[in-house]
Amino acid sequence: MKTVLHKADTRGYAKHGWLQSYHTFSFANYYNQDRVHFGALRVLNDDTVEAGQGFGKHPHDNMEIISIPLEGDLEHQDSMGNTTVIKNGDIQVMSAGTGVYHSEYNKNRDQRVKFLQIWVFPNKKNVEPRYDQITLKAEDRHNKLQQVLSPDRNDEGVWIHQDAWFHLGQFDNGVSTEYKLKGKNSGVYAFILKGDVTINDQKLNTRDGLGIWDADKFTITADSDAEFLLMEVPMEFSV
Amino acid sequence: LQNKPLKNAMKKVEILVIGRHPEILSTVVRLINNNPDWYASGAQTDEEALQYFINQSVDMVMFGGGIEPDSEDGLRKRFKELKPEITIIQHYGGGSGLLSAEIQQALAGWNS
Repeated sequence: MKTVLHKADTRGYAKHGWLQSYHTFSFANYYNQDRVHFGALRVLNDDTVEAGQGFGKHPHDNMEIISIPLEGDLEHQDSMGNTTVIKNGDIQVMSAGTGVYHSEYNKNRDQRVKFLQIWVFPNKKNVEPRYDQITLKAEDRHNKLQQVLSPDRNDEGVWIHQDAWFHLGQFDNGVSTEYKLKGKNSGVYAFILKGDVTINDQKLNTRDGLGIWDADKFTITADSDAEFLLMEVPMEFSV
Repeated sequence: LQNKPLKNAMKKVEILVIGRHPEILSTVVRLINNNPDWYASGAQTDEEALQYFINQSVDMVMFGGGIEPDSEDGLRKRFKELKPEITIIQHYGGGSGLLSAEIQQALAGWNS
C-alpha cells in the first residue's frame, strides 16, 4: 500500500473578499508541482462564500464537476436551463463536456455557505453537457458507508463519466469499517470533513486528506464522532 | 483569430489556444494574457490554427474543448512536422482553475 498525506494546514489558501477557498491541489493562483492531482481527482476545493455572494456566470468544458454543500444553501443556474438550490445533504454533478456556463450563489443574505468543489477528469472528451442533483438520506451514512457517486447511472447516487465511486460516512466514536476498492488500478482519496479518524495506522483530523493506492482494501476507524468522504478514482487514465 | 500577433520586443511565452467554443476560447485567451510573461492567441478552426502556427513564433499549443479527434490528431502531427520541439498540452475545465498549473507544468518540463 502506498499513501500520501496532506494535512489540512498545508493546503493552498485564497481569500477573495467574498470567497475563502482551501485548495488540496493546485488551482488558480495556487501552484505546487507536487500537488497537482491524485489520479483522476484534479480539484478538491473547500469553499466558503459570504452571504448573498457567489461565483458569477463562467464557463467550463471537459470536466466532471461535483459540489457537496456542507452548510447553507447554494443557488445554481446554468446554460442548460437549470435553476436550482442545493443544500447540506444534497450532491450536485455537472458534466461540462462540450461547454457550459453556470453560476453558483449563496442563496441566503444572512448566512455563509460552505461547500466542497470537486473536479474529476472525464474518461471521454466532448460529451453532451448534463446536470443532476439528488438529496441524500443522512441515516444511510450513519455508521456505514453511503455511496453518493458512481460511473453507473443505475447505481446509487449521482453518476459521472469516469470510473469513480464516492462514499460519505458519519461514524460515531469507535465505529470501524473496511473499504474494498472497486476498480483495478484505483486509489482512494479520503477527506475528513469533521472529527478524528484513523485509516490503517494513519491518524487524521478535520480537513486532512490521505491518498491510498496499490491496495485492495483499508480500514477506517472513527476516533471521535466523525464525518468523511472517500473518493475512489483511477490512478492511471486516458481521456 | 483572437488577438493580434505578438509585437513586444521582449519575448513572452507564446501560446496558441485552439477551441471550438468561441466564448470559452475567448475566456481562456483573456485569462492567459493576464500573466505578463505569457501571450495567448486563440483559433477556432484548424485552418486558423495552422496559419497562425506557420506565421508566428509559437512556443506552446494548448488544445481546448470541442475539437474532433481527427482534427486534433491531424493538427498535432502537422505541428510536430513543422516544429518538432513544440510543446503541446491539453486544457481541461474551460476556465480559470487549471490554466495556470497546466502551463506551469509544461514550462517546468522545459527546465528539467
